[in-house]
Formats: sequence, C-alpha cells, structure tokens
Amino acid sequence: MLTAEIWPALDYSRVPYRLYHDPEAYEREQERIFRGPTWHFLALAAEIPGNGDFRATHVGDTPVIVNRGADGLVHAFVNRCAHRGALVRRELTGNATEHTCIYHQWCYGLDGALRSIPFRRGVRGKGGLDAGFDMGSHGLRRLRVEAINGALFGTLADDAEPLLDYLGAPVVAQVRRLFDRPVRVLGYNRQRIRANWKLYAENTRDNYHASLLHEFLVTFGLDRSTQVGGVTMDRRHRHNITWAEAESDTAEIASQAYGDARVRSNYLTLQEPELVRFRRERADPLNLAVTSVFPGAVFVQISNSLAVRQIRPRGVDEVEIFQTMLGYEDDPPEMMLHRLRQANLVGPAGLVSMEDGEAIEIVHRASRPETDGATVIELGGAGVISDRDYRVTDVPLRGFWSYYAELLGIEPVGAVR
Amino acid sequence: MTSIPFSDRFALYDLVVAYGALIDAGEFDSWLGLFAERCTYHILPRENYELGLPAGLVFCDSRAVLEDRIGALREANKYNIHTDRHLIGLPRLIGEEGGEALVEAPFAVFQTDQEGETRLFATGLYRDRIVGEGDTLKFRDKLVLLDTFAVPSLLATPL
Repeated sequence: MLTAEIWPALDYSRVPYRLYHDPEAYEREQERIFRGPTWHFLALAAEIPGNGDFRATHVGDTPVIVNRGADGLVHAFVNRCAHRGALVRRELTGNATEHTCIYHQWCYGLDGALRSIPFRRGVRGKGGLDAGFDMGSHGLRRLRVEAINGALFGTLADDAEPLLDYLGAPVVAQVRRLFDRPVRVLGYNRQRIRANWKLYAENTRDNYHASLLHEFLVTFGLDRSTQVGGVTMDRRHRHNITWAEAESDTAEIASQAYGDARVRSNYLTLQEPELVRFRRERADPLNLAVTSVFPGAVFVQISNSLAVRQIRPRGVDEVEIFQTMLGYEDDPPEMMLHRLRQANLVGPAGLVSMEDGEAIEIVHRASRPETDGATVIELGGAGVISDRDYRVTDVPLRGFWSYYAELLGIEPVGAVR
Repeated sequence: MTSIPFSDRFALYDLVVAYGALIDAGEFDSWLGLFAERCTYHILPRENYELGLPAGLVFCDSRAVLEDRIGALREANKYNIHTDRHLIGLPRLIGEEGGEALVEAPFAVFQTDQEGETRLFATGLYRDRIVGEGDTLKFRDKLVLLDTFAVPSLLATPL
C-alpha cells in the first residue's frame, strides 16, 4: 500500500526508490495525475492547420486524437471506441471528415460525437440495438482544450483549474516567449528509455547534472554552472524553468570552478563552431530555457535549438520521449539551416542530451532491488522549497515530488513545501 | 574522377562493407577516410522523411560537422557501453549521374552489452551518393533512413 508514511523526510529531500518501480504507484499516477486535474501538451495548432487535420497523441498512456473540426475549432478526445474499446483512428496523422472504427464501423464526428452505427435497427426488423440506446451518451471521451499562442493543451479532468492558473505567470511567459512568432515543425524524434518516466521528469529539472554529465557543454562553453542562471518555479513548485544567460561568465572563471582539466575548449576545438554558436533572437539574453510543466511537457530552448517534448510513460519500466523540433515560419533559409545543425545538440543522439538516456537507465537498473533505499535531493539546501538564482541546485525536484504526493494522496502530515 | 567504373560491383561492395566493419571495430579515423573531402552524413527518422520534414537525429551538412560529431563521441559523450554489429545487405546500384553512383543498401545494427545480451538496435536503408577520388570510391552523401525511429535508449555511435 502506498501511504504518506513512505516519505523518509518531510521536505521531499529523500525519495524512496520504490516509487520508480512500484506498479501500484504507476496505476495511481495514471489515474490521479495523468487523468487527474493536470494539463498536458497535446500538439501545435500549426500541425493541424486545416479543417479535418488530425494528429494522434498521448496523455500519459491514454491514446488521444486532436483534430480541427469543420468549424475550425480544435477538439480532442480519447482514441478509444465507445463500443468495444478499439483504437478508432489508427493513423498518426492525416485529414478526415469523420473517424470510423474499423472493427464495427461505429462512426464519430470531428467533435467526438457518435454519428452512426451500422445495422442500428438490425436487418429486416431483426437484431440491432434497442430503440432506447442513447447515441448521445456514447461519444468519444472529450478533453478540455486550451491554447497558448498555438500550443495546444488538454486535460481529462472536468475539475482542472484553467490552464493559465495551472501554469502560473512565469511558465506562461516562457511558453509565450517560445511561441512569440508562428512556428514551423522541422521534424520529430522519439526515444524509448528503459527507465521510469519520473526519472526523466526529474532530469529536466536537475540543474546540477547538466554541466557534469554533459561534458560537451562545458568543453565548448555552451553551458556552464558559472553562468548567470537559476531555477524559477510556479507558486506551487510543480513546474520549473531552468534558465541561463549567454556569455555571462568567462573562460577564466569557468576554469577555476571546474579545474582546468574540465574546460578543454582548446583541447577539442570544433571544426564547425556554428554547432554551438548562439545567435541572439530576442531582447533577453537567455541561451538556455528549459520549462518543465507537470507532469509531462517540456519546452526547450538550448542555444538556437527549439523543441517541445512529451514524456509518455509506457509502463513502470519504460518511457518514450517524443520531441517536436521547431523553427519559426519567418526564419530565413540560413537560420533554418542553423537550427537543423543545432538539432545535433538535442534528442536521442544529441551531443548534450544523449547522456540523459544512459543516466536514468543506470539509476533505474541499480535502484530496483533497493526497496528500502531513497535518493538524496539536497543540492541548494533542504527545507522550504523556493527559487534559486544560482545553478548548482536540484531544488525543483523537491517541488515536483511535493505536488506528486499531493495528487497521489500521500502527502505527509507536516510536509515542508 | 575515378579509374574505377561503377560497374565494378566489387569496388562498390568493398566500400559499403568497410563502412559497417570500421564502425563495429571502432576505427573512426579510417571510417572518416571513406568519405569524400566534401561530404554530408545524415540520420533521418523515416517518420520525418515521409512527412517531408528536414530535421535529422544526426545532421552533418559538411565534413567539419561530421568530424565534430566523431570528436565529441570520442572525447565528451558518455553512452551505454556496448559493441555494434552491422549487417549490410547487398548494395543496389540505382543509377549514375554526373560521375556519381546512386546506391542503396538495407542494414541492421545489433547492439551487445557488456554482459553479452544482444538486441536489435536499428534497421533502415542507406541511400548513398558515391564518387571516385583518385583510384578509390568514397561516400559523397550518405543518408541513413532510419526505420527504427523510436530510438532504443540513445544513439551514440554512427549507424
């Protein structure tokens, strides 16, 4: 049984390894978090520009269709036939006037309403459904959909707070910043990591690991803990923005902090410096902005590489990271090429991200047998959870767990949040 | 231009086979030597290819970027400890164009971890543009069209 007794510390500075491996926890997460009062990034309006355009996506492990109706409005619903539970739409993307399940051809409109059932009245007056069968109550389960500058979010919970309240002002500002011009999808990438989804959610909030695990960052001065930067959370600490300012440290300061052996910009000199060169695009100096939205969305700017990631749990032992690479509609060809080059930095083969897959897999592997052990989260101090204006910190992980405990109904009495 | 005609299939086969063997042996300097002085190397998920989207998992639009990726692999990146085994099908000569041969070959890459467990890591299709430099054949452009675009764990060594 999962209970509030599970926490070794009231400030979430210790997280039991069991929570990464427990099937009961996984089921409760799907119910209370993913199907609970949280919001999920679904897709981009730019991906379904025309009426009838659809995309298949996921909310947790629930399959979802998001499409644009004949009225031009975006609708989203669970991709599961009301009749026998089959996937209604099998294609991942396309254009349609309706969605028809192949099994018995129950047909749904672009708003998810059940439109027609074959042989509803039977054949020659025999068979079919009773006259009292209510078509109106057998549509596809609908999601509430809200958008920020074309980024489409959905929730399965009727009682979820409005999206802007859920995200909070700092996160809304970051999403608006990333989508401050019409975007263009440059491509997708997918990664299947043999680790629990929460290890990835934590990884995106962990400022401490970045320049230690991802040696490439330090080596080429792309991102160092000596830069001006920090972590900014929403009021309830469930989301986090990890940010850093470009060119806010010097090679000298970095060499002192890391020791000369670690800052090797002359040792391994890039043949193509454009791979890491930051071209400033906005008034602000941020060259790193990683915005993690609880539970499973990440909006990413690393130098000039832009992306949205969905964290898609696939059972207790596997997670899919689905990443949409972005540019802007008005990018000149040269800027688009720059972004495609810098796409080398991120994703499953990313020069500054491939290590994450390995890191969380080895945590998952080694922590499984340790049923009584707990992970240590104390960089940047224990106690009350709050923002930091420095980078050697993992405080936002404690924020993640505090809201996790609340939603799962296992918040300890006297929790420090 | 080369003195080897592309109709010399064994010369083509040698190049294609050496490509996989040198990755599996970890001999990346020799591997880079299979590419022409001016070259490109891309790993493109089939999903993007079919949607006409340009973003690759690995995007080397010049030899410089390709060399940087190999440099990073050797000096900076950390990844799952493994060995690779390429199985490359017989290359198919699609055509010749301006002194370049267009060649396709299917491939499978298996990965084996330190404890001897092997898994299928990737399948796909090489789509190569091959040129002659001196008396050897080299890759001018190599497109790795990746069928297994749900990348297992991570992608570090070239496919």
